[in-house]
Amino acid sequence: MQSIKNRFNYLFGSTKGLILVAIAMIGIVTAVWGMLSGPMAEMGVRDVVVELLGMDMVQAEREGRIIILYHSIAMAVIAIEVYMITSLLKMKSFFKTTIRVLITVGYIMAMIFGLGFAYFGHNWAFHGLYIAGLTLIFFAGVLMVIALWPWNKEYYQPDKAYARTKSGLDLERVAFFATALTTVISALFGAIPGSYFGNGFQVFLAENIIRYPEKTTMEYSVIGHLHIMLALIAIMITLIIGRWLNFKGILHKIAMPLMILGTIVLNLGVWGVVTPLEPIAHMIIYVGATPSMLAALFLLIWSWGNLIREGTARLSKPNLGQKISALLRDPLKFGPTWQMLFMNFTTSGIGIFMAVKLDEIFRVWPAREERIELTGHWHVLSAIIATIILFYYGDMIGLKGKVRQWYGWGLIVLSDIAFAMVTIFEMKRLFISEAAQQPLVNVLMIAMDVGLGMLLLLLAIVLGWRLVDLFKRKGRWTEEVTQELAKEVAK
Amino acid sequence: MKRILPSIIVLAVFLASCAPVDLNASLPTFDTDVDPDAWAQIPAGEFYYGQHEEVLSTEAYEIMVTNVTTAQYAGFLNEALAADYIKVDGDQIVGFYPGDEFRGVKHEEKIEAGDWIFIPLNDPSQRIKLDGTTFTVQPGYENHPMTMVSWFGARGYCEYNDWRLPTEVEWEKAGRGTDTRPFPWGEEIQRENANFYASRDPFEDMKTFGSRTTPIGFYNGNTYDGYVTLDSASPYGLYDMAGNVWQWTGNVYEDMHYRFMRGGSKDTYEMDLRLWVRNNATPTYFSPGVGFRCAR
Repeated sequence: MQSIKNRFNYLFGSTKGLILVAIAMIGIVTAVWGMLSGPMAEMGVRDVVVELLGMDMVQAEREGRIIILYHSIAMAVIAIEVYMITSLLKMKSFFKTTIRVLITVGYIMAMIFGLGFAYFGHNWAFHGLYIAGLTLIFFAGVLMVIALWPWNKEYYQPDKAYARTKSGLDLERVAFFATALTTVISALFGAIPGSYFGNGFQVFLAENIIRYPEKTTMEYSVIGHLHIMLALIAIMITLIIGRWLNFKGILHKIAMPLMILGTIVLNLGVWGVVTPLEPIAHMIIYVGATPSMLAALFLLIWSWGNLIREGTARLSKPNLGQKISALLRDPLKFGPTWQMLFMNFTTSGIGIFMAVKLDEIFRVWPAREERIELTGHWHVLSAIIATIILFYYGDMIGLKGKVRQWYGWGLIVLSDIAFAMVTIFEMKRLFISEAAQQPLVNVLMIAMDVGLGMLLLLLAIVLGWRLVDLFKRKGRWTEEVTQELAKEVAK
Repeated sequence: MKRILPSIIVLAVFLASCAPVDLNASLPTFDTDVDPDAWAQIPAGEFYYGQHEEVLSTEAYEIMVTNVTTAQYAGFLNEALAADYIKVDGDQIVGFYPGDEFRGVKHEEKIEAGDWIFIPLNDPSQRIKLDGTTFTVQPGYENHPMTMVSWFGARGYCEYNDWRLPTEVEWEKAGRGTDTRPFPWGEEIQRENANFYASRDPFEDMKTFGSRTTPIGFYNGNTYDGYVTLDSASPYGLYDMAGNVWQWTGNVYEDMHYRFMRGGSKDTYEMDLRLWVRNNATPTYFSPGVGFRCAR
């Protein structure tokens, strides 16, 4: 009994245990639900899964099901970020414990009962519990905002190497606070239309109504919500990675004010879509996105410089090859910022190109083609965030030597192959006609699936190893049970 | 060498994937016994419209049982060219359209009165050829739906015959009947119900050219060289209301120049074959996966 209790305490009471559980939950959901669409459906795997698990999928409810699925995964991702923040940043232990309890119960309820309701018949008690789960997460978010309050002298930054005001206000903490606060507010933009469902508001996927010139306020609200939540998850993981790597110095001092400014302006722009400011909302969003992306660029420059400096410390005059070798020496520390850079080729760059050439190119194509770009675009962004989390996770579970190299480079290479293929798939109409595309589509799909499939396999191996470890009396888990991320921040 | 070998293999695979596709690969020919000149009577009355089952009503109307075939369209082009209803303009056929009201809404584009493209002539996917002054159909495609036709070309065909394109509401009622079914034949979809992406019909080869159209009314319960189809007519007896080709509808909406298509196609997954799913494009758009039928 005690041994079960110890393991339960690890999985649900320690930072690394909680992160492990959430990653495992996301991994399982991704693996199972990934079989319901695309090539898996073509090959007939979907039918087997549906039959085997007894899923009940009504055609008219597809959009609603997908929305619940997205939320189930997103809530677990947000929980992981919360575990990381509560372990990295100083806060009162009452807040830390309460926030973790609320968000853990919340995301597990949202995931189990949400998917139970959406895919396994309509038990309305499940729907109620799904909503209750989301509500707990929201409440955890409110407490997080309070816990992160940066104007508490206890949390002032004494070290001048970090971004701070003259009085010592920790600007990095302000950035965390601003992101948490705007996340909580932006959640309402989804929650309010959701609460009207059945009272005139009808479920929809944003990509399906993108071309309609008239949208209701509720529709604008949902469209704003889905965009800003993903952006905020991305901003938060950037801040987390910065803390893990111990981002500091002049670039930190420039980046943090930019991050605060960008986050606030970006949110104001998105919230503006449901106000009379809607016609200029996009301009405000661009203005907000620019400083946020610049801040991420400064993190990248600092991080790469740091990796090169550390890797060539023993050399008096390192040449270019030695510098590159030093940069690539540790894939887990190189990976997060590399993915942020790669994101510009697969997400941001494509988004800007689409915005610039929208009427000239993309709106000449049928809506379905535009839908492929839109969904591909944000699926890649979500997956990039997931890989960044996995880089950090690989480091926090102490992967070393060749395992670290294989895991890290596996993540980078496999995911980037998949993302690059998705990007080519999205843009294929620029260089190939519908009639001639099939051989290219086949190759892209194979590369995409091999990339993603191998990535999931890599994750499954890690999770399998962690599962086996749990059965050991003195496994790695016994060491991790008391470890906190703040103590493991790079020096 | 060992290090660059994987890169060479990847490059070779990519180059192979860009090899030209034989768009004129041999085609099985089947007579489906479905009459392309047949019309279905749709009675006046209420029905469930859209995914959220809004109750709407229509007057009585008639709609074609099948999509317009390539042979029918070629016949129209020959008549219309002789009657100066259309003309050859370079490598395309054009015809007159009286234009739309333009209000300058964001993303809206002007559709002015004038000649607009009906069909392209030199596109390799076009199954109708102009030989001097006569339009002919590529053998084997006679009873396939007319594709590579713009919204103007679809509208022009219907108008020339004193018919019209169905509105979206009319189109959906004809496909759905008076219950809430998602597909013309019922609640669920199987590969033998319709021509959709990777549905493994006899006209498809996903290794090379991918999906191709099936003859009109192909999914009528007949067996073709051992390939058994399910009778997938709509409650009013229409064929191919899901899959095969997207179908242009007639609505011209305020504040946008896009025209809407229904039904999904040989190139889309099942989700797009649900009767309420909408696709849209500029009225000049044409594709091997877009066709139409008329109403009156």
